[in-house]
Amino acid sequence: MATITAPAQKAAPPGILTNRAARKLLTLAVAAAILVPLAVSQWGGTTWPSALTVDVSGPLGTASDWIIDNRDSHPLFLYFFGHVSNAVVISVHAVYLALLAVGWAGVTAVGALVAWRVAGVRLALGTAVAFLVCGLLGMWVPTMQTLALMVVAVVASVVVGALLGLAAGLSDRMDRVLRPVLDTMQVLPAFAYLLPVVLVFGIGVPAAVLATVVYAAPPMARLTALGLRGADKEVLEAVESLGTTARQRLLTARVPLARKDLLLGLNQTIMMALSMAVIASVIGAGGLGDRVYQALASVDVGAALAAGIPIVLLAVVLDRVTGAAGERLGDAQASPATWAYALVAAVAVALAGRFAGLLEWPEAWEAEIAGPVNRAVDWMTAHLYSGVPVIGGTADWAGHFTTWVLDPLRDGLQWLPWWSVLLVVAALAWLIGTWRTALTAVLAMAAIGVLGVWNPSLDTLSQVLAAVAVTLVIGFAVGVAAARSDRFERWLRPVLDVFQTMPQFVYLIPVVALFGVGRAPAVAAAVVYALPAVVRITTQGLRQVDPAALESARSLGATSGQQLRQVQLPLARPALLLAVNQGVVLVLAVVIIGGLVGGGALGYQVVFGLAQGDLAAGLVAGAAIVCLGLMLDRVTQPTERRTTKGA
Amino acid sequence: MRLRTTAVAGALLLLTGCGAADMTEQASPFANAQGARTVTLSVQSWVGAQANVAVAQYLLEHELGYRVDTVQVDEVPAWDALSQGRVDAILEDWGHPEQEQRYVEDKKTIASGGDLGVTGHIGWFVPTYFAEEHPDVTDWKNLDKYAGLLRTPESGGKGQLMDGSPSYVTNDEALVKNLDLDYKVVFAGSEAAQITQIKQFAKEKKPFLTYWYTPQWLFEKVPMTEVKLPPYKDGCDADPAKVDCAYPHTPLQKYLNADFAKRGGEAAAFLKKFTWTTEDQNQVSLMIAEQKMSPEEAAKEWVDSHESVWKAWLP
Repeated sequence: MATITAPAQKAAPPGILTNRAARKLLTLAVAAAILVPLAVSQWGGTTWPSALTVDVSGPLGTASDWIIDNRDSHPLFLYFFGHVSNAVVISVHAVYLALLAVGWAGVTAVGALVAWRVAGVRLALGTAVAFLVCGLLGMWVPTMQTLALMVVAVVASVVVGALLGLAAGLSDRMDRVLRPVLDTMQVLPAFAYLLPVVLVFGIGVPAAVLATVVYAAPPMARLTALGLRGADKEVLEAVESLGTTARQRLLTARVPLARKDLLLGLNQTIMMALSMAVIASVIGAGGLGDRVYQALASVDVGAALAAGIPIVLLAVVLDRVTGAAGERLGDAQASPATWAYALVAAVAVALAGRFAGLLEWPEAWEAEIAGPVNRAVDWMTAHLYSGVPVIGGTADWAGHFTTWVLDPLRDGLQWLPWWSVLLVVAALAWLIGTWRTALTAVLAMAAIGVLGVWNPSLDTLSQVLAAVAVTLVIGFAVGVAAARSDRFERWLRPVLDVFQTMPQFVYLIPVVALFGVGRAPAVAAAVVYALPAVVRITTQGLRQVDPAALESARSLGATSGQQLRQVQLPLARPALLLAVNQGVVLVLAVVIIGGLVGGGALGYQVVFGLAQGDLAAGLVAGAAIVCLGLMLDRVTQPTERRTTKGA
Repeated sequence: MRLRTTAVAGALLLLTGCGAADMTEQASPFANAQGARTVTLSVQSWVGAQANVAVAQYLLEHELGYRVDTVQVDEVPAWDALSQGRVDAILEDWGHPEQEQRYVEDKKTIASGGDLGVTGHIGWFVPTYFAEEHPDVTDWKNLDKYAGLLRTPESGGKGQLMDGSPSYVTNDEALVKNLDLDYKVVFAGSEAAQITQIKQFAKEKKPFLTYWYTPQWLFEKVPMTEVKLPPYKDGCDADPAKVDCAYPHTPLQKYLNADFAKRGGEAAAFLKKFTWTTEDQNQVSLMIAEQKMSPEEAAKEWVDSHESVWKAWLP
């Protein structure tokens, strides 16, 4: 993953903060004193009043029926979606055939040479090894299928994202329109995209590619806009004074100045596309994701892992190469001549591979890892599941966690009257942000009630809160340790990479084998998924603390514990807050995977909607997850108070 | 401005000039390029369905010279894909009256392919070791007696009835309510999770009550006994909210895309004739799920030893 830097923030002096906070709370209390009695007299009870819900299943059912009936005759489908779908099939097919024609030796060579030119010798070696491992695991053809799908999806995402970003970067009005849309898309769970796309395009590659584009384009759009807006004012003025036209300014100054952001956008888009490529296997995308998904049916962790490793390798290689390319941007550009040499060399290797018959990966070179992995997993679950002396087995922990943490949390949330939940949300969001963020948070929460999924949403919320708490405790502990020991961090980095990029389907079975079916394994899966980002941001935040501050603390005789508590942690506060925010968003992204291991609630409803082709059930639950995401994001994301005029 | 008009004109030309593009005519981009005869089969997520497809695929490829693509999707989306021609055949269907009405009766885009030869049955099961210890648990009337034993952290105070994948046919929540049982339905969310949990329970010889179905390879690994529910009568499951009877015994069906059924040549004829017994299917399933053989190897082993069975399927 590319690095995420926290925006530098100046902490306000505590005196003013408490004053302001008190003022906000007081206003809220007054508002509540007026509104709550009104609401209660009208609609009492603890759950959301049924008088205030809107049943959308009727219209959504009609819409879905209409699409099914008109899909093969209506002009919209014949002349628009049909061509879109055709274009996708043709391009994926073309890329796939090209990859197969170049052969495994050729693909490996081309990949390594490109990596060498843009990122250096070490990454070139890494790329070559990664491709060879894919072949070694017997996954060459599925890897190429995924790669073909990815290439098309990433190109389309980059084009769409860059265009949107350009619009948002150049026009303030577009920016205002697009920002909430992009915000929403970031918290929309990947599974929720699949349902409408499948309905229109049917299962298969076109639907998978389009869902991927919708999922992966927003980061590109965001970062493009950010890069264009962040361009140095003085440089722009200088260029303007030269009498350039607007288009010249854009092409010669603003876009080149935004290069780093654009590359970061590309990096993020690739990572998101790759994670979606796996999820899209549920709708028949083929490739590696399909192998992972099929292995699940026979509860074969080893086979799932064999297909998961190539995904991890692809992700790590693509991430490192695009990241390194971004860092080397400032350096002297490679001359076209070296590119030409690289090209010639690549073509030569590909041709040599062709003539030497190295097109298809030889079966004799495949290594079997499924057996040993399955034995290891069996051993682990057999010995850790229960009856471990003193500490108890994992199943016992899961039971206690469910009984003592998840149950009280869920019942407590569902016991609270609906208006008090809104009030708590408003208070939290207002304390950390502005009245606007508070309003968004409250409206998002109210929308959940209106959609008629209040209780399942609170169930999901309780799981999310528990998972975030566990993630933060472990994440901060590991992050602090990594920030203090270079060796530990070096050792940790590949582990985090693996956990962050491993398709979540792979750890579904081990999680159930350890924790049983229910909400506990769902929480465990969420923790595993969200932990790497939290650890990373924490470590980075702590390491960026001004060395001079640490030095002076040390000279005053502070012990290392005191340094950490009194200097590092307070100074790294923005980064820690960002870690909380990212933790929340990532945990929420796995809610649906939780539905696959017995987490129930919203996650299960989305899976149900997808499995039964029930647009209403799936979309409503998906929308509720988005609302929860918006609410949690607003409650955890500190917003700068709007700067007063003239400041 | 001229640029924009050209662009608009170009876009219009693109949209209208190329004529209609019927999405139903598209094949997978990963399908074979050499113009071979291709058949696309839908594989559902359970192993029995994988066994059907593995054997059909092996014979289509080795005896009839077809190339076979497989697509793994849930059941309802698979019906949808079948009607669009993205998939040519579903080999094992457990009964989807709503989809049958829509696609087979009304739109006529799907044609029936006849019986698979296997009879499917859904029910509630307890492990045999538990049933031997407490023989009366196999009658639903006594289930409440054992609710305490079957409690888990997820079922809160009540006994746990474990259900599986959301794509499967289930009336369990209505059954628990209408039979007034002290149980809570806990959805495992996927068959993989359900099987893993059953295996863990069995390893510890713990009692459990689960939604399950036959034929299923897991019975060979974890023997289970069915709990008798009130007997099934025709129409007793008509209203999903009022169901209070057992699940029926369903002769599993094959369905073909209507076009494919007419013009699919040898492949369509072969798939229509494809029929085998529960034992045959289980034999292949076990090789895949327990011995962790690849579906292709398992199919080869079965085909090598059952020539008399499959010779009859060839057109």
